[in-house]
Amino acid sequence: MIAVIDYGMGNLRSVVNAIEMAGGNPEVVSDPSMLQAAERIVLPGVGAFGDCIANLTRTGFAETLDREVRGKGRPILGICLGMQVMARRGVEFGEHAGLGWFAAEVLRIQPADPALRVPQVGWNDLNVRREHPVLRGLPKGGDVYFVHSFQMCCDDPADILATCDYGGAITAAVAKDNIVATQFHPEKSQDVGLALLANFLRWNP
Amino acid sequence: MFKKRLIPKLQMKTVQMGGRPRTALVTTRTFSEVFQIGDPVSQAKIYQAQAADELVFLDLDATTEARETLATVVEQAAEEIFMPITVGGGVRSVADFRRLLQSGADKVAVNTWAVETPGFIEAAAGQFGAQCVVLSIDFRREADGVCRVFTHGGRRASQWDVVAWAQRGEVLGAGELLLTSIDRDGTREGLDLALIRQVAGAVGIPVIASGGCGLARHFVEGFLDGRADAIAAGTYFCFKDENPMQTRSRIANAGIPIRLHQ
Repeated sequence: MIAVIDYGMGNLRSVVNAIEMAGGNPEVVSDPSMLQAAERIVLPGVGAFGDCIANLTRTGFAETLDREVRGKGRPILGICLGMQVMARRGVEFGEHAGLGWFAAEVLRIQPADPALRVPQVGWNDLNVRREHPVLRGLPKGGDVYFVHSFQMCCDDPADILATCDYGGAITAAVAKDNIVATQFHPEKSQDVGLALLANFLRWNP
Repeated sequence: MFKKRLIPKLQMKTVQMGGRPRTALVTTRTFSEVFQIGDPVSQAKIYQAQAADELVFLDLDATTEARETLATVVEQAAEEIFMPITVGGGVRSVADFRRLLQSGADKVAVNTWAVETPGFIEAAAGQFGAQCVVLSIDFRREADGVCRVFTHGGRRASQWDVVAWAQRGEVLGAGELLLTSIDRDGTREGLDLALIRQVAGAVGIPVIASGGCGLARHFVEGFLDGRADAIAAGTYFCFKDENPMQTRSRIANAGIPIRLHQ
């Protein structure tokens, strides 16, 4: 079972549909104790950083995730805000501590080119910085779909799997041990996104 | 490189078919004439096969009953379509908004209700995030040249000038703007470039332009002269003689970054 975490934010249906299409067996999970039975975990998320971490904490997911992911090494995929909350700190609507899995800060996008808008909404190509099983076999120059106003800035460049260019390099995917996360939405990125999800379903970190 | 977006617009209306209500795909001309052309979910799948960048579903009935049908259409589409979906038509509460997001919509377009209750934009953005609030602005160019915002499917004039309303919408937390020229809707005469450029220059959020595309050249103009971030079209894409792949090539040939494959 692939646990799709429901902590009261966002459109989970698309994530569930896409995991099914990629060959997985998703289940929407709103009770942290269910994570013990999960083979893998997907942490989706739209909305604001502060609300997200508050909801994860209130529902008990923050603590359970730390145990299952960091303690037991369960593979996890974070998507969009689900990636950002893995950082140490976010500054959207005030300063908030994140899960702290990555030495990173989540800051507002400030494109060098003033013609570029914030949020970044749309398709951009991935510049892969380092090989990773979850990115294996993706079409060269394949575009993926982004919607975000904030970006994850990593202290350690080795955590970055891929970037996109939006008036400067923006972190598009990160990975460390059994954790992988994307700023873009694989569930909205047509064939490239479904291929990435299929890779995640097969990944044995 | 970051790409400009081509967005097919699927407009829907409930029609009686064999004595039963059914959701039909339609196109319109100047928001008044309506032409029934097919089934929205089948057409959405065709657009998926043609690698559209996003889809917009708009319910023209905008009634309480139609909204439930709209949610069902979105649910069906979301099962097989893996690209961003914006849905609008008759959204009049945070509950309506949530219902559509839960059906599989990524963004919800609001128009009449936002004009009547601007605080709603703020409420929806606060609750669901600015990225899923699309402020849809239907406008007419009036005799004195002023572009005025219309609500209720183009039937009622508001007091707002388009640029002022667009700026206000951005401040209230809208994540994107969908501009539609009522005068040019379905005419294939080209976009209202002057207004699009004016709005694009006045706000920092992405602008989706719509109303009037009939030729590939109109898209090129919309991106280059209008400075639109995305262009939505209903009539243009609905008729099968227009191949989106050819349109994309024409846009790319003009030096505009756009997706060509997948």
